[in-house]
Amino acid sequence: MYHSHWILTLLLAIPLAGAFACLGVSGERAGRVALWTTVLEAALALPLFWTFRIGAGSFQNTVSVPWIGAWGIGYRVGIDGISLLMVLLTVVIMPLAVAGSFRYIERHRPAYYASMLVLTTGMLGVFVALDMFLFYVFWELMLVPMYFIIGIWGGERRLYSAIKFFLYTTVGSLLMLVAIAGLVYLHWRSSGTVTFAYAELLNTPISRPVQFWLFAAFALAFAIKVPMFPLHTWLPDAHTEAPTAGSVVLAGILLKMGTYGFLRFGIPLFPRAATSHAVVGLFVTLAVIGILYAAWVAAVQPDAKKLVAYTSVAHLGFVMLGVFGFTAEGLQGGILQMVNHGISTGALFLLIGMLYERRHTRNIADFGGIAKVMPVFAVCLVVVALSSIGLPGTNGFVGEFLILVGTFRTHPLATVIAATGVIFAACYMLPMVQRVILNPLDRQENRELQDLGGRERAILVPLLALILLIGVYPKPFLDRLAPAVDRVLQRVDMLPSVPTARAERALPPGVRLGREAFTANLSGVVDAPPAPAPGPERGS
Amino acid sequence: MYHPILPALVLALPLAGAIINGVGAFLWREDHRVARWVGPLAVGASFVVVAINFFAMKASGTTAASVVSLWTWIAAGGLHVGVDLQFDRLSMVMMLIVTGVSTLIHVYSIGYMRGDPGFNRFFAYLNLFVFFMLVLVTAASFPLMFVGWEGVGLCSYLLIGFWYENEAYSNAGKKAFIVNRIGDFGFLVAMFIIFGIFGSLDFSQVLPAATGHLRYGDVWATLITLFLFLACMGKSAQIPLYVWLPDAMAGPTPVSALIHAATMVTAGVYLVARTSVLFALAPISQAVVATVGAGTALFAATIATQQWDIKKVLAYSTISQLGYMFLAVGVGAFTAGIFHLMTHAFFKALLFLGAGAVIHSVEHAWHEAGRHGGDPNDMRNHGDLRRWMPVTWITMWSATLAISGVFPFAGFFSKDEVIWKSGVLGYPLLWGVALVAAFLTAGYMARLMALTFHGGENRTGEEARGHLHGAPLAMAVPLVVLGVLSLVGGWIQIPEALPLPHVSALEGWLDPVFEPAHHVMAMHGGAAATAAPLGGGELTWGLISTVVALAVVVWIFLAVVRRRYRPAAESPEPTGLSLVLYRKWYVDELYDRLIVRPLMALWRGCWKIVDDGLIDGTVNGLASGARAVGWVGSQLQSGRLGAYVLLFMVGVLVILGTVAF
Amino acid sequence: MTSTLIRVALLVSAALFAIGVTGVLLRRNAIVVFLCVELMLNAVNLSLVAFSRLLGIDGQIIVFFVMAVAAAEAAVGLAIIIAVFRHYEDVDVDRFDLLKW
Repeated sequence: MYHSHWILTLLLAIPLAGAFACLGVSGERAGRVALWTTVLEAALALPLFWTFRIGAGSFQNTVSVPWIGAWGIGYRVGIDGISLLMVLLTVVIMPLAVAGSFRYIERHRPAYYASMLVLTTGMLGVFVALDMFLFYVFWELMLVPMYFIIGIWGGERRLYSAIKFFLYTTVGSLLMLVAIAGLVYLHWRSSGTVTFAYAELLNTPISRPVQFWLFAAFALAFAIKVPMFPLHTWLPDAHTEAPTAGSVVLAGILLKMGTYGFLRFGIPLFPRAATSHAVVGLFVTLAVIGILYAAWVAAVQPDAKKLVAYTSVAHLGFVMLGVFGFTAEGLQGGILQMVNHGISTGALFLLIGMLYERRHTRNIADFGGIAKVMPVFAVCLVVVALSSIGLPGTNGFVGEFLILVGTFRTHPLATVIAATGVIFAACYMLPMVQRVILNPLDRQENRELQDLGGRERAILVPLLALILLIGVYPKPFLDRLAPAVDRVLQRVDMLPSVPTARAERALPPGVRLGREAFTANLSGVVDAPPAPAPGPERGS
Repeated sequence: MYHPILPALVLALPLAGAIINGVGAFLWREDHRVARWVGPLAVGASFVVVAINFFAMKASGTTAASVVSLWTWIAAGGLHVGVDLQFDRLSMVMMLIVTGVSTLIHVYSIGYMRGDPGFNRFFAYLNLFVFFMLVLVTAASFPLMFVGWEGVGLCSYLLIGFWYENEAYSNAGKKAFIVNRIGDFGFLVAMFIIFGIFGSLDFSQVLPAATGHLRYGDVWATLITLFLFLACMGKSAQIPLYVWLPDAMAGPTPVSALIHAATMVTAGVYLVARTSVLFALAPISQAVVATVGAGTALFAATIATQQWDIKKVLAYSTISQLGYMFLAVGVGAFTAGIFHLMTHAFFKALLFLGAGAVIHSVEHAWHEAGRHGGDPNDMRNHGDLRRWMPVTWITMWSATLAISGVFPFAGFFSKDEVIWKSGVLGYPLLWGVALVAAFLTAGYMARLMALTFHGGENRTGEEARGHLHGAPLAMAVPLVVLGVLSLVGGWIQIPEALPLPHVSALEGWLDPVFEPAHHVMAMHGGAAATAAPLGGGELTWGLISTVVALAVVVWIFLAVVRRRYRPAAESPEPTGLSLVLYRKWYVDELYDRLIVRPLMALWRGCWKIVDDGLIDGTVNGLASGARAVGWVGSQLQSGRLGAYVLLFMVGVLVILGTVAF
Repeated sequence: MTSTLIRVALLVSAALFAIGVTGVLLRRNAIVVFLCVELMLNAVNLSLVAFSRLLGIDGQIIVFFVMAVAAAEAAVGLAIIIAVFRHYEDVDVDRFDLLKW
């Protein structure tokens, strides 16, 4: 079945069917239907990880069926390494998010679970679509259920947050729609055929100024979704008000849409605009500002959920830095960091949700010392927090390290500034951990807290396992990314400067990267070193 | 050719111990029997494996490093990092020190932590620490070393805040982690530059190629080494990042002995030694390292002279001794640095363990006597303890004479070598600083011993006095072993100048490791002087320093013993210079005012003013603007039929008019 | 001949239309407004019939449609007026602004 092509279609169809089933049953049974649907989905999707052909440069499991023939719109789906990881991330997170809702959601359960399942289809669709029209349909499809999830099942200011979320996203996506139309038009002008197929639109010749305009429209949509500073303020509000599962999905998967969009569409479609000095400079600067600024703001948040929301901005800043550094290491690290962020931030939101279900507060100051009464919770929180701040041995480090070590070669100064983020990460995460689980257990309400139950442990175990697995053995993930990353680099003509030196350890040191090539990048950062004088130590 | 025997076992044993004890912390929390055996045995077995490897390596006589590749860790683009362990002469020395001292401290902990509800958790952390420390010293690449580097930091964080219900202890742990992260930032940046220049992060690719890629005095070599040294400042508590270490004394005393004296804090010295060739290429960095080291040695020693808390004295003493090690590796005397690292591991671990025994005894006695409050760490609450704790008393004297640099104790040989080398390798000023700091060391240690064990009068309180007890067996054995090592540990390296048999076991062992660095330095620096800056040979200055040290010990000892002290609660506040030193030169306060508070204000401003005010204000303003425009438009919609028809007609006429003309 | 007829018919039609518009705009009684709307419809009908002399039968066919629609409209419109009257006891169009909502 995995070598036939319909697996992706099946994955898109199952949640929709499940959504209808949810609407047909009442109350708590809807939750069970949703859980089994997502578990089935995960069980079907996980083998893709092994059936995926490593090293193949093209899209796999592709399907192409005409849909609206006159306009060249087709049902075209397929996956490469990037979408593979995103699809797997989605199917792993969704059952956990659904299971994490059982206690939290008390009203309109069928509608809630149906929304979650429609959302699943929408997100998967975005990651597998290879037709611009189809992509746009899915892009909007996932917006609607999320709007309702925040707006109906959210906290006190849910309407404000839901509308803010909706408006921000819509502004960007409408401009993107215009740009898609423009792109199709340009393609029709040059080739005479009307098509929305991604593969064909890639070959559209576009003049440089037009590239900038179209790229700007795409970039705005994606940058809002990432979110990049200063377009990020919808995120803390949405996260704070959304129900736990909403936050998990939002942080775990939806935020990846932005960076995924850049990698799949924004950059390959308009390579000259995307790699121009102005654009790269802008995005690298904004990414670095985002990393530091979000970490700073996170450090003074009294609300645990808001704190985690701001850390998302910082983490996605790292991803953007890796993407716009345009090096193989940075890009692979960036994509891996998307997965990592989904896992660790998803887990953080789940943990905070579990506290909220017990104490009905997210105020950090209301806790303290609960490691004593909730030791399992404490261990989980510490592991996830360490992953979030990128401690070596956890997944967070691998991603951040690759991003920084790669991007340093093209943007040394920005990378060094961004690297101070590791200090500030400790400054926001450790005080939070301390004030929640350490310190004296001085409140009566906290003394009576129950430790995590079986369902909650079952939700967290897969995430903790992934944190450690990717931390110590990320190779299978990176291997699957390499060809896709190379293709992106090829598109932007950056590949030659970064040789495809995978597993080429035999090369003598210095051949791949002469220090002259390296220092050339750094000129202007520090004074150029004195002219090489043949010192006697050279020969030794 | 030498092949490491079961290399993974060295690391796997402590890790397995950590996992077993970690599980035990949940499943059999009340039952400490498993941890009591598994904890020390895991590390002890690891020590045995290391020792076997050491003798195998010694027998083979090889000078090359054996690298054992376990699996590929990170491979992306041009970067390839494996989980590779490197066994060479330097890592062998470090492994011996780490596992050996750890084993002793694990045994000691059985006695010290007896009955603590977190007993299993404690051993889980301690085993985990040993695992990460071994990763640090056996790593064959910078990133893997960084795993150990941050891993030991994590364990340090967990163990400082071991009694997490005390907010001050939790704060101390957090402070340690954050300050260390500043250093880790330096490590990261150094790795970026190294990868940029060398295209690899493996020691085997970078270090031998260093002289090919970097010129002597190269700006990149300087940058790399300065950033590496930033990492060392954090981990090894050097100025200006030393502030976490005194606070770290909040952890249980065995932790202070193991992590914050003998092993983890010396990781910085190991890092400099490991990358010695890079430092040799960067004379500016070397000068910085040596200067910071000497400065720290003196600065911390001054603070140690006026502390009342026995562990604080030892903490500042540790910082000071670490300064010596950096002075050594800074001036290029790498072997001397490692030598002092080793002897320091013995005598400082012993001092902490002895202090732990004292605290344990006083605390226990107070508990038995029903007394609460009061600080069992405060030396004004001790006094004349030798009567109750003879083993602790004698062994601690051994360590005191060692750290003071009195012949023939271990510290004499190592510290003298450091001071001598700094003198002859072109740093006369630092030589003088190091000498002064050495005499201060003798002073504050004599004060500590006199206050704690002598004075003829015990200040623990009438009822409590009867309950004082000596160290139990599990604690006494490590004390004795370390006491012996504090005496004989220095005899593996006896300089030629002394009228003694010349021994250079350590130098001969480590020379191949540092050979490239020495080669670079020999080629560019001048030859070492044969006399100290003020004239005189090694023998003369060895004599002078040991005599002066002994004289200071006797002088301060007598001065303190003759004075009458009162328990801490009744003692007056210090004044004048004493107060400034007691308050640690007000550095913590200074950091708080200059760094912490402005940063917090900035961050709050970012949130309230920029995020909520500026950005959200703009967004909400746009929304309000749209609403206002809509309100204006809505006024046209009066709901009156006549008005609509009129507008309709006007519209029709306008359109007709436009079409017609 | 034909053109004269058309010219006259169009003039009458325009006059009728203008009277209808004026009535709709100025009168306040809903019934009268309604009658004026009918007047406008019939003005259009007149011009359609007149043009059909020139352009064929289509115009007259459309007139039948308009008449049918006008009849339906009359039924609905009168029903609305009666409903409004029952509510307000008044048919002054200036007094109700129900269309606002």
